[in-house]
Amino acid sequence: MPLKLNYQLMKAEELHHTLDHMAEEILKANDGRPLVLLGIQRRGVPMARRMAMRMAAKTQREPQIGTLDINLYRDDLTRVAFQPVVRRTDVPPNIDDRDVVLVDDVLYTGRTIRAALDALCDFGRMRTIQLAVLIDRGHRELPIEANFTGKRITTKDNEVVEVKLTEIDGEDAIYVMEKT
Amino acid sequence: MTRKHLLGIQDLAREEILEILDTAESLQEVSTRPIKKVPTLRGKTIINLFFEASTRTRTSFEIAGKRLSADVVNVSASTSSVSKGETLIDTAKTLDAMAADCVVIRHSSSGAPNTLARLTKASIINAGDGAHEHPTQALLDAFTIRVRKGRLDNLKVAVIGDVAHSRVARSNVHLLTKFGTHVWLCATPTLMPPGMQQIVCENRQFVHTTNSMEEAVEGADVVMMLRVQFERMNESFFPSIREYFRYFGLTRRRVEQAKPDVIIMHPGPMNRGVEIATDVADGPYSVILDQVAAGVAVRMSILYLLLGG
Repeated sequence: MPLKLNYQLMKAEELHHTLDHMAEEILKANDGRPLVLLGIQRRGVPMARRMAMRMAAKTQREPQIGTLDINLYRDDLTRVAFQPVVRRTDVPPNIDDRDVVLVDDVLYTGRTIRAALDALCDFGRMRTIQLAVLIDRGHRELPIEANFTGKRITTKDNEVVEVKLTEIDGEDAIYVMEKT
Repeated sequence: MTRKHLLGIQDLAREEILEILDTAESLQEVSTRPIKKVPTLRGKTIINLFFEASTRTRTSFEIAGKRLSADVVNVSASTSSVSKGETLIDTAKTLDAMAADCVVIRHSSSGAPNTLARLTKASIINAGDGAHEHPTQALLDAFTIRVRKGRLDNLKVAVIGDVAHSRVARSNVHLLTKFGTHVWLCATPTLMPPGMQQIVCENRQFVHTTNSMEEAVEGADVVMMLRVQFERMNESFFPSIREYFRYFGLTRRRVEQAKPDVIIMHPGPMNRGVEIATDVADGPYSVILDQVAAGVAVRMSILYLLLGG
């Protein structure tokens, strides 16, 4: 489906600032407890890495980081037309009783997070699982909310929020596109 | 992946092979978890239909299916209606009527999986047909080679032993030549069929044949030993096992002729003291058990790509 640019939501500077702010919020809420940041493939992965660096700079203590691919846990595998590419999952060992923060770029229907929670259950019983998202665009289909949100926006159903990160896309920016 | 069946390596494109290997790399992690299972293929039924003896391939497919939460049923020829005289076609239709999503078949006749693919609604995976192909073995070999060598192109791979009866050799020739790796097939003249270059349509310049083990092993990056398939031999292909081992057995002295970082592979089961010396099989260059571990990941990948989504 061809996409047409609607408007630019964030430029690089604002995006950096938002990520830093989220990292600090997470630190404050967790009161010095050691954290595990789990980035959801794909753009949650560099987000988690950047926030971990910010936290390390603030506290001189680096949180553990990991990556999670949720495609093996999707509830729509037999319904989507394309076949999702399964990417690497790398969860640190022994995360039982730890405080885990799931990191993703956009919170939309909530189904990705539902799958991520299912996946995490297979790795043990964490003390807490928290959710940090850069953009919350509404339209939830499941009872899921983020603990930390970079920016909340209202969107139309036919819009697509595209988060671009240098590590994957060669630039830092957020665009709101429209399906035509 | 858009295809429904995996019948052989010959008709796979390079991109499809890489997709299978990349997905296998991601799925490897599942086998290292405390709970070695993901719900991806919940509700799918896989039937392992084995008309020939097999331990590792059948077990590997069974484990792969179960780690993806599919229901796996094993049918072996000796305990099935086949021993009562049922034809392959009737067996296939019966399994189809039970709504199997996937049939993994091993058969002594080349082309049996292709016949099945035409007759059933299920996805068919070839787990070895006669002396034709054994695609999942070649894929797990490629996976192991890529992990160790970092690439699949520009290597020298020696494939030594019972080439005549080996579907593993044929599938590996198809796969490795697609990537521009030189495959040296080596066997006694009695176990080397004529025209092995002709089995590949393109890239014939990458297939070499020799009766000299020295020539095959010299400077090789990978040495792949083939099992002498006594069960398929109703005549004498060589004078004695001792003589065979002397000329075509892999010993430590022969390993020294290969590259210093050579890896030794064997699809199993091994005949120790026939095609491979025990100290080589258990030695530092051997990746034979890595191949077995790769087998589960590669088969999970194939099941996911054929049945998931």
